[in-house]
Amino acid sequence: MSEKNQTTGVIGWVDERLPILSFVRNHLTHYYTPKNFNFWYFFGSLAFLILFLQIFTGIFLAMHYKPDAKLAFDSVEFIMRDVNLGWLIRYMHSTGASAFFVVVYLHMFRALMYGSFKKPRELIWLFGVFIYLALMAEAFMGYLLPWGQMSYWGAQVIINLFTTIPVIGPELGIWIRGDFAISDPTLTRFFALHIVAVPMVILLLVILHLSALHTVGSNNPDGVEIKKNKDENGIPLDGIPFHPYYTVKDFVGIGVFLFLFALVVFFVPEMGGYFLEHANFIPANPLVTPEHIAPVWYFTPFYSILRAIPDPAFGALAMAMSIVVLFFLPWIDRNPIKSIRYRSTLFKINLFVFVIGFLILGYLGVKAPNPLYNALALRFSEMYFIFFALLYFYSSTRNNLFSYVFSGVIIFLILIYDLLRISSDNYIMILTGLTLVITFVVFMTLSPLYSSLNKEKEVPDRVTE
Amino acid sequence: MIKNNILAFIFLIVISNISYAASVKSELSTKYKATSNINNKASLQRGAKHFVNYCSGCHSLKYMRMSTLAQDLGIEEAVFSKNLLFTDKKIGETMTIAMKESDAVTWFNAVPPDLSLTARSKGADYIYSKLNTYYEDDSTTTGYNNVALPNTSMPNILANLQGGQKLVLDSNNNPVSLEKISDGTYTEIEYKQLTNDITNFLVYVSEPAKLKRYSMGFWVLLFIFIFTIIAYYTKKEFWKDVH
Repeated sequence: MSEKNQTTGVIGWVDERLPILSFVRNHLTHYYTPKNFNFWYFFGSLAFLILFLQIFTGIFLAMHYKPDAKLAFDSVEFIMRDVNLGWLIRYMHSTGASAFFVVVYLHMFRALMYGSFKKPRELIWLFGVFIYLALMAEAFMGYLLPWGQMSYWGAQVIINLFTTIPVIGPELGIWIRGDFAISDPTLTRFFALHIVAVPMVILLLVILHLSALHTVGSNNPDGVEIKKNKDENGIPLDGIPFHPYYTVKDFVGIGVFLFLFALVVFFVPEMGGYFLEHANFIPANPLVTPEHIAPVWYFTPFYSILRAIPDPAFGALAMAMSIVVLFFLPWIDRNPIKSIRYRSTLFKINLFVFVIGFLILGYLGVKAPNPLYNALALRFSEMYFIFFALLYFYSSTRNNLFSYVFSGVIIFLILIYDLLRISSDNYIMILTGLTLVITFVVFMTLSPLYSSLNKEKEVPDRVTE
Repeated sequence: MIKNNILAFIFLIVISNISYAASVKSELSTKYKATSNINNKASLQRGAKHFVNYCSGCHSLKYMRMSTLAQDLGIEEAVFSKNLLFTDKKIGETMTIAMKESDAVTWFNAVPPDLSLTARSKGADYIYSKLNTYYEDDSTTTGYNNVALPNTSMPNILANLQGGQKLVLDSNNNPVSLEKISDGTYTEIEYKQLTNDITNFLVYVSEPAKLKRYSMGFWVLLFIFIFTIIAYYTKKEFWKDVH
């Protein structure tokens, strides 16, 4: 293709030695994307923007920050007060962390809605989940650096999760901390990992995520493969070049995003204690445990799953499973229909309930535990996993026997745990929660047999807009 | 059915949250609300003066650089040095104190905390209620106790300004109110203003950048707004032939 567009001059000279022009052609000007992207398709490019914002602001923070347990807290206040515009750089970085998760959660929700993880995009999804995992590690280690009370005790809770692993746990905890307690060596290694190692991993994964995406092409709100309908030149009929169409469109998204971002950075950088926790303005003190340790909001759904089971090892296992299950999503949901537009009512209910449940788990995670909250956290943790079970269930039309057995197995698993812990003090709470969850499971698995709620719509050949 | 269940759950969460909050915080300590406005320079200046007079003997503001303070509060450096700098410190230094921690422990049984960030960690209302809720209590070493911070080690140094207060309990021994039992040199309104100014000053100290970020934020938002409008119409122009 380069014969037609032979370029002379400096760019031509370089292009003969380095394929910059063909790169631009392959990935921007002649990379065809579906023309029907909607609101939900802004978040990929926004995540990319935030990644660079975080790297950029992070570099300036690293110039003034002191990774030393005795100096760290003071150096952050130094940045906030004495470094020119240091407060702005720091608020951009702290708000950026939360914004990153907002955008990534919406990006993942988009994938769930439109089935963007399904064949042939399994690898895109896998790299995406790895990015999400790396992002969690990055955020967690970054949160220790200000060396405030929540930094310290939040890290304490998370590192203790690793110590619950049988046999190697305690040794592993010491290995992670570099000490018997969180202290200076922990801080310095987290600093190194936060500013060098994990960002490099994230960048690499982003390259893989995008390479895989550009190999198979984007999904779209109709879940139709645009490459199936090409014109005589081999250009998808429903495709438009990424540049200029989506670059120019993404600028609108970037504008709206930056507006909201600046609103937080300049006017509510603490976001009522959710982006910057109040207790983190008290220097870390290993001798004083805060009354209530809450992780930052983006971890709280998983924190709730952790706390839902009183036994720390099983709680940690449940939490780990809640993330591991994401990796298997392309093989759990095997329904050939990608987009929510053409899937059944029951699928829509399932996704809706999952999102509400995830938000409630997040809410419960910032609250101090009490019996009611614990009961709710357990039920919504069960619902979290039931969502994936139901995705598998809706992969194809199930017969009577399969439906009853499937429903029975889920109920049996939930029932076992409740029977083990039921007593005269808690039976009302247990029976209420149990009834609700069982009703949901029975309704979701058996109603397809007796109603048209699981009826799917026909997928069109071409995109609809 | 499912929707109803979800609604019921949400309802339960809301209800339990209300009763939970009520059981933890005593009614009385939440009654005292500061009205902080860091754009009120006169209040900040009064607060700074009172802080230096009454508080800075024991409490440091170790992150607060005095030159920044002078500049932000609109006080000329010469005036600042004359009125607010009693030690041989330079104006470019931060507001640390000379009292040794070991002495503090001997004298007060505790180290008076640095107050640079208290307004951010505990909130303005906490500072305000701490300064307003001292009451006479013979069982303590200082003769005073406090509603916002029970069994505080801090003596009631503003007692002669405020006058004495007595704690009123209900039949269940829950604190209900504070009753004035002797007059101070300040009227009630003057004392409230004094404590509010100190609180306001500490709110400023906890984040001096707050003075700048609102005004800067306005221009940034305006810029992004115009950028977005231009981007929107550019997009519309480019996409004319697509749909």
